[in-house]
Amino acid sequence: MDRLIEPADEDGLRTAIADAAADKRTLAVSGQGTKAGLGRPVEAQARLSVARLSGIVHYAPDELVMEAGAATPMAEIEAALDECGQQLAFEPPDLGPLYGQPPGGGTIGGVIACNLSGSRRPFAGAARDHVLGIRAVSGRGEVFASGGRVVKNVTGYDMSKLLTGSYGTLAVLSLVTFKVAPRPEATRTVLLFGETPVDAAATMEGAVDGPSDISAAAYLPQKAAARSGLDDVARAGGPVTALRLEGSREGVAERTVALRAALATSGETEELHGRRSRVFWAESGSGVLLPKAGEGGDMVWRLSLPPAQGIAGGGMIQQALGGEVSFDWAGGLVWCAPAPAENPEAVEGGAEELRRIVIEHGGHATLVRAPEAVRRRVPVFQPEGGALAALTRRVKENFDPRGVLNPGRMFEGL
Amino acid sequence: MEMPAPDQRIISRRRQIARSLRRLVPADAVIDRAAELSAYESDGFTAYRQKPLITVLPADRDEVAAVLRYCADEGIKIVPRGAGTSLSGGALPLADGITLGLARLNRITDIDYPNRAVTCGPGVTNLAISTAVGSRGYYYAPDPSSQVACTIGGNVAENAGGVHCLKYGLTTNNLLALELVMMGGEVVRLGGKQFDAAGLDLLGAMTGSEGLLAIVTEVTVRILKTPARAVAFLAGFDSVENAARCVGEVIAAGIIPAAMEMMDGPAIRAAEAFVGAGYPTEAEALLIIEADGPEVEVAAATARIELIARRAGATTFRVSGSEAERLAFWAGRKSAFPAVGRLAPDYYCMDGTIPRASLPLVLTRITELSREYGLAVANVFHAGDGNLHPLILYDANKDDELRRAEAFGTDILRLCVEVGGVLTGEHGVGVEKRDLMAEVFTEDDLKHQQRLKCAFDPDGLLNPGKVFPTLHRCAELGRLHVHRGQVPHPELERF
Repeated sequence: MDRLIEPADEDGLRTAIADAAADKRTLAVSGQGTKAGLGRPVEAQARLSVARLSGIVHYAPDELVMEAGAATPMAEIEAALDECGQQLAFEPPDLGPLYGQPPGGGTIGGVIACNLSGSRRPFAGAARDHVLGIRAVSGRGEVFASGGRVVKNVTGYDMSKLLTGSYGTLAVLSLVTFKVAPRPEATRTVLLFGETPVDAAATMEGAVDGPSDISAAAYLPQKAAARSGLDDVARAGGPVTALRLEGSREGVAERTVALRAALATSGETEELHGRRSRVFWAESGSGVLLPKAGEGGDMVWRLSLPPAQGIAGGGMIQQALGGEVSFDWAGGLVWCAPAPAENPEAVEGGAEELRRIVIEHGGHATLVRAPEAVRRRVPVFQPEGGALAALTRRVKENFDPRGVLNPGRMFEGL
Repeated sequence: MEMPAPDQRIISRRRQIARSLRRLVPADAVIDRAAELSAYESDGFTAYRQKPLITVLPADRDEVAAVLRYCADEGIKIVPRGAGTSLSGGALPLADGITLGLARLNRITDIDYPNRAVTCGPGVTNLAISTAVGSRGYYYAPDPSSQVACTIGGNVAENAGGVHCLKYGLTTNNLLALELVMMGGEVVRLGGKQFDAAGLDLLGAMTGSEGLLAIVTEVTVRILKTPARAVAFLAGFDSVENAARCVGEVIAAGIIPAAMEMMDGPAIRAAEAFVGAGYPTEAEALLIIEADGPEVEVAAATARIELIARRAGATTFRVSGSEAERLAFWAGRKSAFPAVGRLAPDYYCMDGTIPRASLPLVLTRITELSREYGLAVANVFHAGDGNLHPLILYDANKDDELRRAEAFGTDILRLCVEVGGVLTGEHGVGVEKRDLMAEVFTEDDLKHQQRLKCAFDPDGLLNPGKVFPTLHRCAELGRLHVHRGQVPHPELERF
């Protein structure tokens, strides 16, 4: 993969893909390339970078909407939102560090193409719930648009959702329009120390339904907690359950007191304010509390499970495969780094065992970090079968009939 | 409104088709007598009527699959139908098509409180879900005005909203899983009780697809705990501009209320005369705003919203003092359609969405159009998310009034698109807005949408004649035109 194509605008992108389709030449699509390690390895004849399709083209804070070129850096978007006291409610995680890159990288198109959401996801929705419109070039080399700048819209199929989380395998995003939200006036995180996994599951479930109106819930076993950059968490000497409260200044203060009082019988509590609360959730949402690659974290899985089954499912996987787990999304997201396997067969056997347990608990698993050789052999995304696999294939063939875009990134042979 | 030319060969085989269907489903599930078929000849969009070839009412997934497999083999078209409350003609029958009524798939099969998920058949009504979990303090958030009657399957087909979707989202944001039967009878399951579904977001693509992709036979939705406290405010203004400014300022202040609705003078007075909700009848615009959540947050929001409303020029401001009063505030809004309906023999309900900031401009223009067409109009508006429902009053028995009402409606939708909005926020394209799709989309936009349809239903048997102004064959859509750097399809005429 030597050749790099870097179109200057959407029309250049269209030409590049139309030419590739005409010549049956495959393309590996990237923005900044920070998430190249996410997905199956792509073998393509050229690299197509959308890096120049960058910049915020429309931002109306009162309308809660922003529109930006696909390769607009997340840092630029977050800075613009910050200036107006707004944020992305789905709290996109910074996965750079998970792949050994410095923090603060990545583009909005990458976040949307991978449908990445952080700790607020159970309460505010995923990236896919915030995408209002897209412009894209399909594998046919044709530009198409969908959606718009308004929230309520059923004018035609929701192609924005179809492309969100499709990892650039159907079309290449050129422009994305998304919902933004006011940043809450105050944020506090209540930490509860020393809970067993079973107790933590009950605490999180109770908090989701309780009067506190929490906006995040996580459970860090002792080893994960020890890796936190926050003293209160790292020195806990045991597991940490964390619940976040957001809202008005006076409201959050009062709700924090009430929540801590309610948790008092379960163990010691502490609270994180403002910046320290933000650091906690940035860590929990991005998988950095698991061991680093080479230190036991060569393989990292992100499991999406029914929230009430998360703790049990994660525990069963840990029992079967060793290693570490960490929980977010009130139990619905399990970060999992199984103990390093002895040999390639054990890697595959372990992955099969993990997926068996995940399916038994009603969820699915994504292998978010692994050496390239492993990602070639072990399915990165939950394998599909039967009528669903056939449907996925037909969608791909309709949008990218010659298999030009990111071949094999999601599923082998697609 | 032109529908695809009926296939006379199918129509001539009607009795034989009915006989075959009775071998697949119980005899009483196949309706082919003209008198009984009239019950299915239209949905909530009553301007158009057509008796279906046959109506079939399957009772479970396997019966749905058997009917679809048979129809796929025989090349018979299918029009899915829930409660028939569509306002865009999504369930308008075809003379050569089977109307597949899903009302008998009406059981709630699983309530999973720990995972906050309810699984049910597509024929369960929207409100029945909230009712089933209400005693445990839970509810299902999307609340379209028709929630007593409309089914959850229909909500999925139209991506239904309601007054609370400003904070809680539309159907698509509250949907966890679907079981589908494809036209060939294959069963596909999408999503689950986990937050993120695996694979391509086909769950998202299905939602709002207006019955053109597959038949939904099971739905799993997320339920929420009823907020500890909910308070509604009524703020009257002497101009739409002031009310619109208040909406913008509430949001600019960082408050996302649970709901923020606007009614104009005619709508206020019609609703007040109908239910006596205590609306200020002298006002030219009324905002109904709701704050919910923990007691302390609601109290904080109440103080701030009142301040903003007064600064924006509110002439009246009332806070609901009890749950009964909160519901009374809403009763006027929820009955706005029937209330306006009393003012004229017929009304035509529009559904455009616009950027909030353009509301005063759009309402001024609608008033002008109302004068030009000589037809009265009342406006209700999901102000928080820019979804406008102008209700055009007319009398179908009077010469020309239906045609004028439709032309007026088309002008309103064009206006919505002109200011950066869209044709439909929550009622769907159906047949009603089908021929306006080219105002919003290019030929390539529409072709890509139809390619998604080709992936699901390559023979185009599911609900043809809806949503897309031009029917392309999948074989033609599938062909790859090699055009390198040139402008694609320069030869094509735009609609």
